[in-house]
Amino acid sequence: AAGPVADLFRASQLPAETLHQITELCGAKRVGYFGATQFYIALKLIAAAQSGLPVRIESVKCELPLPRFMMSKNDGEIRFGNPAELHGTKVQIPYLTTEKNSFKRMDDEDKQQETQSPTMSPLASPPSSPPHYQRVPLSHGYSKLRSSAEQIHAAPYEARQPLVQPEGSSSGGPGTKPLRHQASLIRSFSVERELQDNSSYPDEPWRITEEQREYYVNQFRSLQPDPSSFISGSVAKNFFTKSKLSIPELSYIWELSDADCDGALTLPEFCAAFHLIVARKNGYPLPEGLPPTLQPEYLQAAFPKPKWDCQLFDSYSESLPANQQPRDLNRMEKTSVKDMADLPVPTQDVTSDDKQALKSTINEALSKDVSEDPATSKDSNSLKARPRSRSYSSTSIEEAMKRGEDPPTPPPRPQKTHSRASSLDLNKVFQPSVPATKSGLLPPPPALPPRPCPSQSEQVSEAELLPQLSRAPSQAAESSPAKKDVPYSQPPSKPIRRKFRPENQATENQEPSTASSGPASAATVKPHPTVQKQSSKQKKAIQTAIRKNKEANAVLARLNSELQQQLKEVHQERIALENQLEQLRPVTVL
Amino acid sequence: MAVCIAVIAKENYPLYIRSAPTENELKFHHMVHTSLDVVDEKISAMGKALLDQRELYLGLLYPTEDYKVYGYVTNSKVKFVMVVDSSNTALRDNEIRSMFRKLHNSYTDVMCNPFYNPGDRIQSRAFDNMVTSMMIQVC
Repeated sequence: AAGPVADLFRASQLPAETLHQITELCGAKRVGYFGATQFYIALKLIAAAQSGLPVRIESVKCELPLPRFMMSKNDGEIRFGNPAELHGTKVQIPYLTTEKNSFKRMDDEDKQQETQSPTMSPLASPPSSPPHYQRVPLSHGYSKLRSSAEQIHAAPYEARQPLVQPEGSSSGGPGTKPLRHQASLIRSFSVERELQDNSSYPDEPWRITEEQREYYVNQFRSLQPDPSSFISGSVAKNFFTKSKLSIPELSYIWELSDADCDGALTLPEFCAAFHLIVARKNGYPLPEGLPPTLQPEYLQAAFPKPKWDCQLFDSYSESLPANQQPRDLNRMEKTSVKDMADLPVPTQDVTSDDKQALKSTINEALSKDVSEDPATSKDSNSLKARPRSRSYSSTSIEEAMKRGEDPPTPPPRPQKTHSRASSLDLNKVFQPSVPATKSGLLPPPPALPPRPCPSQSEQVSEAELLPQLSRAPSQAAESSPAKKDVPYSQPPSKPIRRKFRPENQATENQEPSTASSGPASAATVKPHPTVQKQSSKQKKAIQTAIRKNKEANAVLARLNSELQQQLKEVHQERIALENQLEQLRPVTVL
Repeated sequence: MAVCIAVIAKENYPLYIRSAPTENELKFHHMVHTSLDVVDEKISAMGKALLDQRELYLGLLYPTEDYKVYGYVTNSKVKFVMVVDSSNTALRDNEIRSMFRKLHNSYTDVMCNPFYNPGDRIQSRAFDNMVTSMMIQVC
């Protein structure tokens, strides 16, 4: 984007021709846009120019103080004034000011401290103290200039932060946690420039930082308790739809992230998808293909996980065409070539060979440079080493969190199915049809088995009240009206009702029913608290769904009860006929 | 190699249709449309007895002077129709089959996307890319 870049450069207060020179030198003119590399070089040249060095490529190589950008806050905000980002900015600013106290005040100090606080990745040359102070105005300007869009852009830089800076002050404590993210990404951006001679990261925005990663993992766990399993498509669809991105965009994001096209998201795929959504919400255009840093193998290697579930991929081995496999093998080779010494095995081992061979990138033109570097190994190390007390400060995460606070529901949600609720197929059938009504998440199929039990026992609690009430007035022949009343309540108490009915048929006595309702009532005491807890969380959604299903089920239940009644009568007739037959038989025999 | 590729839904409306020479697209659309009759004929000709063994690849539907039309039906009655240039004699049956297989695979991938509602037009970039790769080879 030439506009914001030009503004930024102008803020460096260098003469226009110097800026032109710099632009040319960094290659932006040649390439036509400011890619990350060009940008870094440009900034480095600006720093050089500001220090009085001649603007030449060689200046880039020296150790330079950071460039200074004098900017007003308002400029920064206005500059990125496309509605989405403005909105993001507005959301961000109140968040920043309110979320943690005295953000602005602490901003400067923290940024200084941040530069010394531990973060990931090796830094070749630790910044000396003068640049720290220079960073303050820089980052201050940055924090407003870059607002939400760049936040993500720079966020991944954290991954390249110095591991533990000995001059660290302990203040990187709780109060600065959210600021850390903000500040650290800015600082990381500045640090990044100093590391230009190292491998360049053309895909910064697509690098998942540790906090983001943690957040994604938590979200994943809220949808699917088992981190090594996967989220089904419908569940993920509901979840991601909350992000309020358009369906085609979500569809495209899914396409990018579901690398094995199995209709389900594993943890790395989920992280990638989430990250893409977050990036998109912050105004980043979606990439043509899945960036290398978001590919599942990379994510898995960077954040090692338990054993992969290969069964799914085995099932897809037949469906994937043969010509995709050579491509994957190519990628594997490249991966192995690019592997640095200190990231030896995880890439290959964590993901089984089968999976590697089967994984196909979405975009065939995607360059398969998976630049594994020491940063990732440090990521995995620091992932464990770091205290987990950090929260997520960036607006994008905040928005995502707000969004995320809506969906997570505890897995045991009462699934309002009808008739045999224990049937998994019915649940699956209902999931596609019902999700529109339920704004909350549908629990994933693997968690199904426990659910029908609380649901049934919950519904029994309501069902058994009615039978008791209805049975009070009438006696033996009442079982049918009682049953007719029962369907008006929660239908899935049928198995219990069936228990009632045969007992009624057998004895035509109230007592068995009350006896059976006795234990049922005991059982219902337990589900009550859970019911209340769940309903409090998802009250409206559940109740709407409940109502709809009730209506549908009531009809069916009524029908069922009528048929049951008929069955009973037929039974009695049969018994009567058999008796007659018995009586008549001696006659016929004779 | 193909000059036109179309994916037709079960209800015989197009989910995806693309032609390589951008002029005269209507002609290709019409050809695809008329080929649907042939497809239906072939499906019904197989009869219910052979439903299990019904091959997905239908082969050459009908040749015109300039073009040949090939068809392929999935088990969910989604049809793929491909129009190739008659002058391209190097194309063998195997290649056509493999192209259909690729189409089918890409189509399944599109289906797997939970955000895709069956019956919508196919707007997947991956699918587009795959189709482009099949059509580009003409030049």
